[in-house]
Amino acid sequence: MGLSHSQQVELEGWIETIWDKAKEMGLDPYPTHFEVAPQHIIYELGSYGLPARFSHWTFGRDYHRQKTSYEYGLSKIYEIVFNTDPTQAFLVEDNSMLSHKFVVAHVLGHSDFFKRNTYFAHTDRQMIEHARLHAERIHEYEVEFGWAEVEGFLDTVMSIQEHFDPTAAIFRSKTHEQHEADRKRGPGGPETDYDDLWNVIPDADSPKVRARKIPEEPEKDILRFLAVHGRELAEWQRDIVEMVREEMFYFLPQMRTKIMNEGWASFWHERILESLDLTAEEHWEFRRLHSGVLSPSGSKMQINPYYVGFQILKDIRRRWDGEPEQDDRVEEDWTGREIVRHGGEGMKKLFEVIEQDSDVTFLRQYLSDKLVKKLDLYTYKREEVNGQDVWVIQDTDWRRVRDNITDSMTNFGQPVIYVEDGDYLRRGALYLRHAYDGKHLDIEYTKRVLTNIHKLWSRSVHLETVVGDAKTLISYNGSEFSEDPA
Amino acid sequence: MTQNFSLSNDTWDLHRRADRDRQRHNDKIKEVVKQNLADIISEQDIITADRGKLVKVPIRGLELPHIRFDPYDHERVGQGQGGSKQGDILGRAPSPDEAQGVGKKAGTEPGVDYYEAEFTIDELAEMVFEDLHLPNMQDKGVKQILSEQAVFNTITRRGITSNLDRKRTLLEAYRRNTRQGNPQKWHIRDEDKRFKNYDMLTEPQRNAVVFAMRDVSGSMGEFEAYICRSFYFWMVRFLTTKYANTEIVFITCHTDAREVDETQFFSVGDSGGTRMSSAYSLALEIIEKRYNPREWNIYPFLFSDGYNWGDQECVELVRRMVTMCNLIGYGEIGSDELQFGVGFAPLGQAYQEAFQNDPNVVLVKINEKEDVWPALKMFFSKRHAVPG
Repeated sequence: MGLSHSQQVELEGWIETIWDKAKEMGLDPYPTHFEVAPQHIIYELGSYGLPARFSHWTFGRDYHRQKTSYEYGLSKIYEIVFNTDPTQAFLVEDNSMLSHKFVVAHVLGHSDFFKRNTYFAHTDRQMIEHARLHAERIHEYEVEFGWAEVEGFLDTVMSIQEHFDPTAAIFRSKTHEQHEADRKRGPGGPETDYDDLWNVIPDADSPKVRARKIPEEPEKDILRFLAVHGRELAEWQRDIVEMVREEMFYFLPQMRTKIMNEGWASFWHERILESLDLTAEEHWEFRRLHSGVLSPSGSKMQINPYYVGFQILKDIRRRWDGEPEQDDRVEEDWTGREIVRHGGEGMKKLFEVIEQDSDVTFLRQYLSDKLVKKLDLYTYKREEVNGQDVWVIQDTDWRRVRDNITDSMTNFGQPVIYVEDGDYLRRGALYLRHAYDGKHLDIEYTKRVLTNIHKLWSRSVHLETVVGDAKTLISYNGSEFSEDPA
Repeated sequence: MTQNFSLSNDTWDLHRRADRDRQRHNDKIKEVVKQNLADIISEQDIITADRGKLVKVPIRGLELPHIRFDPYDHERVGQGQGGSKQGDILGRAPSPDEAQGVGKKAGTEPGVDYYEAEFTIDELAEMVFEDLHLPNMQDKGVKQILSEQAVFNTITRRGITSNLDRKRTLLEAYRRNTRQGNPQKWHIRDEDKRFKNYDMLTEPQRNAVVFAMRDVSGSMGEFEAYICRSFYFWMVRFLTTKYANTEIVFITCHTDAREVDETQFFSVGDSGGTRMSSAYSLALEIIEKRYNPREWNIYPFLFSDGYNWGDQECVELVRRMVTMCNLIGYGEIGSDELQFGVGFAPLGQAYQEAFQNDPNVVLVKINEKEDVWPALKMFFSKRHAVPG
């Protein structure tokens, strides 16, 4: 029991007030369940990502690091909130009453975001329960097949867990039947509307049926591909791949909207707390908390998503409310005409943005030159200066910063890898292709991952990428690596 | 209005989920450390550290790998406190070597993917000693001192409540209830109670003395001193875990041998010729005066570069010592590149010939820091084989 009875009653009163304020101002959160827990539980939840998720040493490691960092006074988590219906939120028991109010308002912002943003439309709102079932099943596998076996398998799968694609089925260019028809028509390329012109007299030798290709189209969902086509996998192993994939699917929208989501929650904790009846002392504490959350990150190598998201949202609101500032750039539409805003539409615009955008589109549209300067954003890179390796600022130009930041978030910051061929060289080898976009892979790490994929595929694994300037095929046959021009 | 929120305020006292996974991570760290003991145990700051001090050990290769971008290949976006401009230096970046894991700091910097785990010297020592054995420890001692120890090794039906064995008691209760046809019942009767009980064990106290001997002739430099130090550090620590009373006699030797204190022993070499037989003579003299072989387990160990006057004399003296010592060691340090892989220098060769079939004389060759660990393992292994 973290709170005394009177504290609990007081907090319940405040939650009700804050809830009503939020509704009044247009927020539409899911029903929300708040739970008071000690600090170490908050760290546990933070490191597992979901309550009662399956057991793995990497979660234990993160827990240890967060807890240590807290004990050394380096960081503190105030709140944890899960995207479920009802929303599940955790408050830290030894926080002050003001901090609780602050966090409650912040949580309602998140909950509204979960409900409003289109990228969350298909997430599993019962995920806590499903993750619990996953954990139970994985535990049963541990009992049946040995924990070391299961842990080793999880290590392997989790090292490629970001290679999945829930939208793959929607973006297929052809159906299975069309692919089959193409295949049976043999060489000469796919069917077109003009084929009858050339094929008036059928060529007697021609229709050689092409071999079936797996996958029919390049497949970005490596997890699914391996679970379906991995020949040597046992049923429990396929099950684990699917479970890991399902949980990643759940986390995906959160990874894609980190800046917006934190910005939105911060925007609302400020609005709501400003509207509450706070004592001068409480107001001071609120401001202190607020500026603690919304300031540049201590490390100059990272951005603070709360701060960046918050400032962009405030800027959008100002511009659409029609409060011009002196050095605002004249906005033009694509024909070159100046865009005139009527003003007074700030909140309406914000709700639209929150509904439609993800971080990439959000930053691309609304991170302006003024904001880049105000937020003090820049690009940096490693350089050698006087014989020392140092991080050096490369540019503060807003376009370069914007392009760089959106590029770094595309595919939530992960290299895009496709399965090109599951029967490469007709030997059942796996051919992967890195969609090279100017950024090289970390070869050392990539090789370690290839050994993991080999464990899942049980035959040679090849990855096409670019090393230096040359297209290269990195191959692993189960005992050694080779690199050849591709 | 229906209430759209709820607040719960339960106790979390029994919740300990993350601890299991944290423990598992710790175990994995230990596995990594054990694989790299050869590198770790010869590190300078370990052998010079105080007993309770924490030692930082870099842990590599424990992270789950992902296919990721080369962290140094492209630009990233950062955020300053205001007024940052092109060309500003943000901080020291790991060099390409460090990025592979030879650096100091982990954390928020891009690309750095290892971190340092902290161990006390005792924890490290425990891991080191798991692989070491003391093959012919003998109960020596007219002067046997009996040390008493309480060992919980019996279970009784009567005892004091603080010694109640809960698990056995519950099991007994379960068995009895089941026998009586109530497998669901857990009622505990007096007859079910089981208590742990102890016996007083007396163990003869064992004494050990290490004769740390070292060639300090002109040819022995800083590297040699370092190797000696590293080896003796672990040797003495290990013996301390096995013998209640461990003493060390330090002897340095060029043409003459001297008994010295620890600091003098580990300081860099003198100059002069080399006659190792004087070290053995002095050791024998000291054994005669102070360490009666019937009361003491004796471990003489000599480090030299193997270039010596009077190899046969040494062989004779060692032959005399074999009868009174548990294990005799000879470590040859060859930092000279020419000696790599060539085998032993003349003194080593002389020992090799003379003691080929004697498991109590162990010869090791150390060319670099990393050889200290295999040398220790060879010296303290279950069965001795003379290296070829």
